[in-house]
Amino acid sequence: MTAVIILLVVVAVVVLFVISIYNSLIKLRNQVKNAWSQIDVQLKRRHDLIPNLLETVKGYMKHERDIMENITKYRSQAMDAGTVGEKAQAEGLLSGALGQLRIQVENYPDLKANQNFLALQEELTSTENKISFARQGYNDQVLFYNNKIQMFPSNIIAGMFNFKEEEFFEVEDEKEREVPKVDFTGESQK
Amino acid sequence: MWELIQANKRRSIFLFFSLGITLLLLGYLLGSAYFPDGGGFLGLFFALIIWGILSLVGYFKGSKIMLAVSGAKEVTKEVHPQLFNIVEEMKISASLPKMPKVYIINSPAPNAFATGIKPEESAVAVTAGLLARLNRDELQGVIAHEVSHIVNRDVLFMTFAGIMLGSIVLIANVFLRGLWFTGGGRYSSRSSGSGGGQAQLIIMIVAIAFAILSPLLAQLLYFAISRKREYLADASAVRYTRYPEGLASALEKISDSSVDLKTANKVTAPMYIINPLKPKGRKLSNLTSTHPPITERVRILRGISGGANFVDYQNAFNKIKRSKSPIIPASGLTDKTPIGLKDILIAPTALGLDKKTKRKMGDIMMKVNEYSFINCKCGLKIKVPPDYKKESLFCPRCGRQHRI
Repeated sequence: MTAVIILLVVVAVVVLFVISIYNSLIKLRNQVKNAWSQIDVQLKRRHDLIPNLLETVKGYMKHERDIMENITKYRSQAMDAGTVGEKAQAEGLLSGALGQLRIQVENYPDLKANQNFLALQEELTSTENKISFARQGYNDQVLFYNNKIQMFPSNIIAGMFNFKEEEFFEVEDEKEREVPKVDFTGESQK
Repeated sequence: MWELIQANKRRSIFLFFSLGITLLLLGYLLGSAYFPDGGGFLGLFFALIIWGILSLVGYFKGSKIMLAVSGAKEVTKEVHPQLFNIVEEMKISASLPKMPKVYIINSPAPNAFATGIKPEESAVAVTAGLLARLNRDELQGVIAHEVSHIVNRDVLFMTFAGIMLGSIVLIANVFLRGLWFTGGGRYSSRSSGSGGGQAQLIIMIVAIAFAILSPLLAQLLYFAISRKREYLADASAVRYTRYPEGLASALEKISDSSVDLKTANKVTAPMYIINPLKPKGRKLSNLTSTHPPITERVRILRGISGGANFVDYQNAFNKIKRSKSPIIPASGLTDKTPIGLKDILIAPTALGLDKKTKRKMGDIMMKVNEYSFINCKCGLKIKVPPDYKKESLFCPRCGRQHRI
C-alpha cells in the first residue's frame, strides 16, 4: 500500500515538473514571437515607404539608376524571404542600398529642399532606427529561449514536444555600414 | 532592469526619509509652540494630514499639474513628425509598455521634462526652442534621457519628494505669517506661569528658527535626491541610443543658451533635463544645484569608449571624476553583454541662435497653436491663423489665390 502511495507521489511530482517546464517554454516562445512582430511591423513599414521614395527621387536623380534598381531588387527579395536568417540578409542589403542613396542625395540640392522628400527621409530614418532597436530586444528573447531549450533538464521536455531553436536576427554589419570608398590612386597615375 | 530600479530606490530612500523626518519635526515643534499641553502631537497630526492630501493630489493629478504649470500643450504627429518618431524609437528601445504622450511648450528656452508616475501613463514635454536648436541625434539623446527618468521611476520619486518639500514650505509659511498677524499675543497670555513660561519661550524660539530653516534644509535634500538621479538617466540614455555624442552635444547646446524658461519654479526644476533656473555668470555651488554640472556630464559622456553598457559609463565616470563612487547600482554592472556604439555619421551643427533657428522655432510654436501652413509657388510660406474664417486667400507676394 505504502509503495503505491510513494509511486503515485513520485509520478505526480514528475508530471507537475514537466508541466511547469512546458509552460515556461511556451511563454518564452510567445515572447520571441511578440518580439519578432515588433520588428516585422517596422520591416513592412519600410517596404511600404520605398515605392513612394523612389517615385519622389526619380525625377531628380537621373544618374543613379543602379542604386534605385538595387533598392527595388532587394526590397522584393526581402519581401519574399522566408526564414529569419534570409530576411535578415536581404534587409541588410536593402539597408546598404538605401544608405548609398542617402549619400548620393548630397549631390542634388533641389532634392534636399523638397518637402515631400524630407518627410519621407525622416520616416525612413526613423523606421530603420526602430528596426535596430527592436532587433536588440528580439535577439535577447531568442537567447533566453534557445538557452532554455539547450539546457538540462528542460532540453528533454523541449525534445519531447518538439520545440525548435529560433534564429537570431543578425544584419551583417560590414555590409550595412559599407561606405563607398573614393579611390584617388587611378588619378594620380595619369 | 527591475533590480536596478530597486537599487536606485534604496539609495534615495535615506534622503527621502530625512525629508519626512524634517516634516514631522516641523509639525511637532510648531504644535508645541502653540499649545504647550500635548500640542506637539496635534501639530504632528496636522502636518501628516496636509502631507497626505497633497500626496493624493500629486499621485492622481501630478502629471496634469506639472504639464499645466509649464504651459505644455499636447500635440499630434502632424505638428512635429520627427519628435513623434524619436519618442517611438525610444519607447521601443526602453521597452516601455505604452507610447508616452507628446507635449510641446511654447518657449524659446531649450529644455525638456518627463512626467508619469507609472510607465503606462507617461508624457514627454519639450520646448519649441529645443526642437529648433537640436539635430535629430541630439534630440534623440534628450528624449532618451527623459524616457529613462520614466523607466527608472525617477518621476515617481521626485513627485513625492517635491510634495514633501511643498508641505514643509507651506506649513512653515503659514506658521510664520500667523505669528506675524497675531503678534505673539497668544503666546504672552499663555505664559502666565513662571517656570513653564521660560520653557515655552525656548520652544517658541526653536520653533521659529526651525520654521525658517527647515524649508532651506528640505530644499537641499530635495536637490541632493535630484542630482543622484541625473547620472543614472544619462547612462541609461547612452544605453538606449548607443550614441553618447548625441546627448553630449545636446547638453552643450542647451547650456549655451541664455534664455530662461519662465514657467519653471523651484519644485519643478529637478524634472527638467537641465536646471531651468540657473543664475547667470556665476558657477553654482554643489549643494544648491538640482543637476550635476553640465560640463562634467558632457565630459563623462565624451569619455565613454568601447560600448554603450552601464559598465562603460561607470568607467568613464571614474576616469573623469577620479573617484570610485558607484553611480550605477551594482546590479546594473553585472550585465556585461557588449552593446556596440553607433558610428558618428552627422557633423555637429553650429551653436547659437541664428535667424534660421529663430524662424524654425516660430514655425513650431505656430503649429502648436493650430496655425495652418500654405506653401505658395513663389516660395513664400503663408501662415494662416486658426481664426481666419474666409475660404481662400491671396499670396501677399505674387497674388496667387489659395484655397484653405
